Amino acid sequence: MFDFLADYDLLGAFWVTVQLTLLSAVGSLIWGTLLAAMRVGPVPLMRGFGTVYVNTVRNTPLTVIILFTSLGLFQTFNVTMGSDIIDTTNFRLAVLGLVAYTSAFVCEALRSGINTVPIGQAEAARAIGLNFTQVLTLVILPQAFRSVVGPLANVLIALTKNTTVAAAIGVAEAALLMKEMIENEAQLILISAVFAFGFVCLTLPTGLIMGWVGKKVAVKR
Amino acid sequence: MSSLLYDAQGPRAKRRNVALTVVFIAALAALLWWMYGTLQDKQQLEWAKWKPFFGGTEAWTTYILPGLENTLKAAALAMVIALPLGAVLGIARMSDHAWIRVPVGVVVEFFRAIPVLILMIFGLALYSEYTNVSTDDRPLYAVVTGLVLYNAAVLAEIVRAGILALPKGQSEAAMAIGLRKGQTMRTILLPQAVTTMLPAIVSQVVVIVKDTALGGGVLTFADLIAAVSPMSSYYGANTIASFTVVALIFIAINFALTTFASWLEQRLRRAKKSTGAVLKADDAAVAGTAGAGAGGV
Repeated sequence: MFDFLADYDLLGAFWVTVQLTLLSAVGSLIWGTLLAAMRVGPVPLMRGFGTVYVNTVRNTPLTVIILFTSLGLFQTFNVTMGSDIIDTTNFRLAVLGLVAYTSAFVCEALRSGINTVPIGQAEAARAIGLNFTQVLTLVILPQAFRSVVGPLANVLIALTKNTTVAAAIGVAEAALLMKEMIENEAQLILISAVFAFGFVCLTLPTGLIMGWVGKKVAVKR
Repeated sequence: MSSLLYDAQGPRAKRRNVALTVVFIAALAALLWWMYGTLQDKQQLEWAKWKPFFGGTEAWTTYILPGLENTLKAAALAMVIALPLGAVLGIARMSDHAWIRVPVGVVVEFFRAIPVLILMIFGLALYSEYTNVSTDDRPLYAVVTGLVLYNAAVLAEIVRAGILALPKGQSEAAMAIGLRKGQTMRTILLPQAVTTMLPAIVSQVVVIVKDTALGGGVLTFADLIAAVSPMSSYYGANTIASFTVVALIFIAINFALTTFASWLEQRLRRAKKSTGAVLKADDAAVAGTAGAGAGGV
């Protein structure tokens, strides 16, 4: 019953999903933090840019963004992400699209985290003469990060599921393999169960582990 | 909060801000200039490529409006089916009987853990193998099925959080005057919770509208996104123009909904002081353990 599964590289496809998730997670954490810093910073132009970016990207379907990286960035602007192999280019473009999208949500999560830090802390930090960058990086952000582990876990789980959209530009991840297998084999329920199980294995533990970490590191107030 | 992170600016800080602004403008300008140059090279900026959208109605009536109609139809159907289903699941998850509560909990967590696209692919194959839905209708059915399964689970959590956010005294008072559990839920808790949940529900509609794009991008659903490729081949490789117009329509719809959701949230927050907290428009990540949450697709 399960023997046809051996004909397909199931683990390979899920490994691509995991890679997409991890790379995009790191990227969007960095870009999202920068965006959050821009949005609370003293330079009006950067604040404006951050606001416009977040509000636009949040309201754009991820499918549109991912397709744009291929139709727009690759085919029109010739952005190859430093690779001659089309599969590698598509993979990296997908990561770029996922980072662009997810960072908007990371930014919003972080901003709500910044709001949980008592105002007195920022006032005290300013009173001892720290400038904006120091206030943000030494006092506010470390506490903000600890209070938004939960929301960030939700973003990470959503990201894991969103990597399936990369199928739209032909990245060989789980959803694309599932589509191919369903077309070739007459085992709909079994195949679906396998992929559903795969994603449950990826997302449920993330939520549990991050929930535990969140409780552990949260600043008790 | 934001303005509390830095002091009123003195001469040095002001100079530094101006310098940062200049550098930032320069970087943005360089990016725009590069884009402009490339688009110019690829002849994407010629009026001929944009004319179908801004110089006549044919492109709209042939491609865009039918696509938009399908997108909105799928979103509306999904919402109309998922909302009552979600309400039932959400209430069942709070049941006093473990034999209802536990299985429903498993179902809800299961469908929240699986990508919508996987559910849509499953739906498409399901309808072609086991039903005689016509080939033309199958993509719509598949997209709606995927959206319903996923969003019913998310809405169930929203409903549950909305009811749990009500003060305990509400149900205690209802019990004290002798209402049964069903009556308490129907006449006391749900009506109050609905207002609480409204912002979260409206922003879930945004997630649904965004997710319909998957149908056009990966399956063969003739939605707004799917209109891009026939348009750009018919009007002579105007990919960028077609894509921009489609993206702007999506953004406009969702932006309107998002703005409405946060307006609603503020209004409810001001208007209601008695019953529970207003569920935030931003996160449907409510109450659950491993929430689907903020991202949607």
